[in-house]
Amino acid sequence: MHLHPILSTLRRHRTASALIVLEIAVTCAIVSNTVFLVQERLSRMNNSSGVVEDELIVVQLTGIGEKPDAAAATEVDLSALRSIPGVRHVATSNMVPFGNSSWNTSISTIPDDPNTVNSAMYFGSQDLLEVMGLQVTAGRDFAPEEYVTLDDVQSKKAQAPAVIITRGLANRLFPDKPPIGQPLYVLGKNPQTVVGVIEHLARPNEGTGRENAAYAIVLPLLAPYTVTGNYVLRADAKQASQVLTSVDTTLNRIDRGRVIMGRKPFAEIRREYFSQDRSLALLLTGVSIALLVVTAMGIVGLASFWVQQRTRQIGIRRALGASRGDILRYFLLENFILATIGIVLGMALSYGINLWLMKAYQVARLPGTVLPIGAALLWLVGQLAVLGPALRATKISPAIATRAT
Amino acid sequence: MFAYYLHLALRSLGRNRVITALMVLAIAFGVGASMTTLTVLRTLSADPVPGKSHRLFNVQLDPRPASRSMPSTEPPEQLTRTDAEALIRAAKAERQVMMSGGNAAIEPTRADLAPFFADARWTTADFFVMFGAPFAAGTPWTAVDDERAARVVVITRELAEKLFGTIEIIGRSLRVDGTEMRIVGVLDTWRVNPHFYDLNTTVYGTGEQLFAPFSTSRELKLSRSGTTDCWENAPEPEALGAPCTWVQLWVELGSMSAVANYQDFLTSYSQDQRRAGRFEREPTIRLRSVVDWLAFKQVVPSDVRLQTWIALGFLIVCLINTIGLLLTKFLRRASEVGVRRALGASKREIFTQLLIEAAVVGLAGGLVGLLFTWIGLGMIRSQPTTYAALARLDLPMLGITIALAVVSSILAGVFPAWRGCQVSPSIQLKSP
Repeated sequence: MHLHPILSTLRRHRTASALIVLEIAVTCAIVSNTVFLVQERLSRMNNSSGVVEDELIVVQLTGIGEKPDAAAATEVDLSALRSIPGVRHVATSNMVPFGNSSWNTSISTIPDDPNTVNSAMYFGSQDLLEVMGLQVTAGRDFAPEEYVTLDDVQSKKAQAPAVIITRGLANRLFPDKPPIGQPLYVLGKNPQTVVGVIEHLARPNEGTGRENAAYAIVLPLLAPYTVTGNYVLRADAKQASQVLTSVDTTLNRIDRGRVIMGRKPFAEIRREYFSQDRSLALLLTGVSIALLVVTAMGIVGLASFWVQQRTRQIGIRRALGASRGDILRYFLLENFILATIGIVLGMALSYGINLWLMKAYQVARLPGTVLPIGAALLWLVGQLAVLGPALRATKISPAIATRAT
Repeated sequence: MFAYYLHLALRSLGRNRVITALMVLAIAFGVGASMTTLTVLRTLSADPVPGKSHRLFNVQLDPRPASRSMPSTEPPEQLTRTDAEALIRAAKAERQVMMSGGNAAIEPTRADLAPFFADARWTTADFFVMFGAPFAAGTPWTAVDDERAARVVVITRELAEKLFGTIEIIGRSLRVDGTEMRIVGVLDTWRVNPHFYDLNTTVYGTGEQLFAPFSTSRELKLSRSGTTDCWENAPEPEALGAPCTWVQLWVELGSMSAVANYQDFLTSYSQDQRRAGRFEREPTIRLRSVVDWLAFKQVVPSDVRLQTWIALGFLIVCLINTIGLLLTKFLRRASEVGVRRALGASKREIFTQLLIEAAVVGLAGGLVGLLFTWIGLGMIRSQPTTYAALARLDLPMLGITIALAVVSSILAGVFPAWRGCQVSPSIQLKSP
């Protein structure tokens, strides 16, 4: 197929062609950026928590008024929850990954270091690592005698001797030596010894910045439910829904005067935490589709006009021996050329938009992989949109050429 | 003449239904998307205390020690309890309130209601008058109640109806965290959005259901919610003298000179504290009005602003689309225009006629766009975000939607109409 007749036709319809090219360019620029934003959100939603999500149930409980016997009640609660059929392990925990409410602390490797690292601070009863399914990949879990109560630590009667840290934090604090056995200043002037390293444990939220996302520690601190607020249950994934229904009755049987703020499988915590990302991803996908539909409508409108305008020209070409396929290919190729010019302009524009987004909304740099997606989408939409008018053009009878219009 | 052009426009639009529908839909899409996001943006940046937002000021001081490597340009966003109580006692503003968020464990007397938690605010007597909280029954507590840490509460109508089934409950007792408190007032429905006076507990939402004196909350050690920042290890951050900021303080100042005077007062207070050894840094104070405070805290989520930009980009594509479609439509009418030109119509008249046709398309697009906006806002409301429920279409936005559609389609029509009226009468008459 020769390009020459197409190009000369387009030159004669400069304004209309320019409008289509412009529309495709702007659409391409916006769609590339939204595809990228959606990708970013989706990958964020897949962030690992480090815990065995499909086996975990989190119960939030709080007391009313002063509860002097809370420590004893916690033990009673734990053993009652443990006896629910299907529950394998139970522990208290001061927070859970993606749970939003967080305890953070500043840690350093030398005393009184002004350059501290902000880390999430997990603590709970003895089975906590077991419950969350956290594997100690170097060193060991806490020994039973290492546990002290939070009360004693706050009143300076005791000190936590040990700490377990994530691999990410170990790499940040001890880049060139094994972390096990190193001192870490977490609580006050006396250090804790690093006894173990776990691969990953996500923070409850990202409030302290993305660069701190991999920094978490676990301390051997015991505290009653009135302080920790969470019971974490590890159950067989299949029995989780049955366990969920017996949590309230089990706890209320022990003490009715408390408030169970929530009981949910971990999947729900994840869903709630990322709900904003999900809704933005959905919205952006919707806008992108609407944008492509509008662009397609523009192409359909203009192509129909051109087909109508060139009825006689098409009839003559048919009379001179052009097949229906030739006519179809002519219009498809014409649209392809317009789309290509639009896509090239659109890519430049999308980098411009991305630069501005990077400045205004801390969006990352547009990766090269997004551009082929944007281009392919617009080529596809262009070809589909022009197909209807082009097929109508192929139905024009060669006899038109013989009639004077 | 206008009526005649309108008639011509309607006939022309009716002649080519597919193109007309495409144009109307494109405008409707663009306008619908833009108006949906603009409505959300407008809702979220609404003035939470209309008429008073320039008179209310948030107070910031810098009580932190000099030694730490903390930036000194911006003081902490909250005050220590010591400073807040001192400034309340000084009473140098027209009105002043100190406060903190809290959780109230409520034990209903009704047997069918289990104990539950309600969001609470521990504050001082001026709170209600200063922020314009409407009372359905009773009155605020008094400054004397603050001094004596009286066991009094003000609750919302919603909570009153949930607990008692009525709001005629002044003087009755409510059990909060194990203590009997006397109900002195019931607030009528009152939504403060954004929740400007404490953005740490919530930004957009339903607000607190129970209010009690700050002094009472400390005496009873009622539970707190919000952000606490300590620069030293503090076993009891809420204690008087603790090195922690967790109290908000707002003052009402009626004039520019009152603002300047209060700033001087805060500076001299800081200097006094420094001389006394409590403060270590050069006095750094901030006195931000509600408007400045909301801007400083960037309360409008950046996701929402991003959506607005994307929607406006969408509108641009829809307009380019409309320009293209109008162009084809007007050029197709070359012969009709030629005849009218030959019969004496001026270029200006043709131009006007074509623009009116564009405006009719815009009006239709606006009406359909209104429907899309309504659907779009319905979708936003079904989202789980806290601000979602607030997004509603009101009368001004309704008008703006239609205006946006008509104005943008007239703008889109200018170039096609100009091209459309460049028809020389003779040529068109020659062709049969």
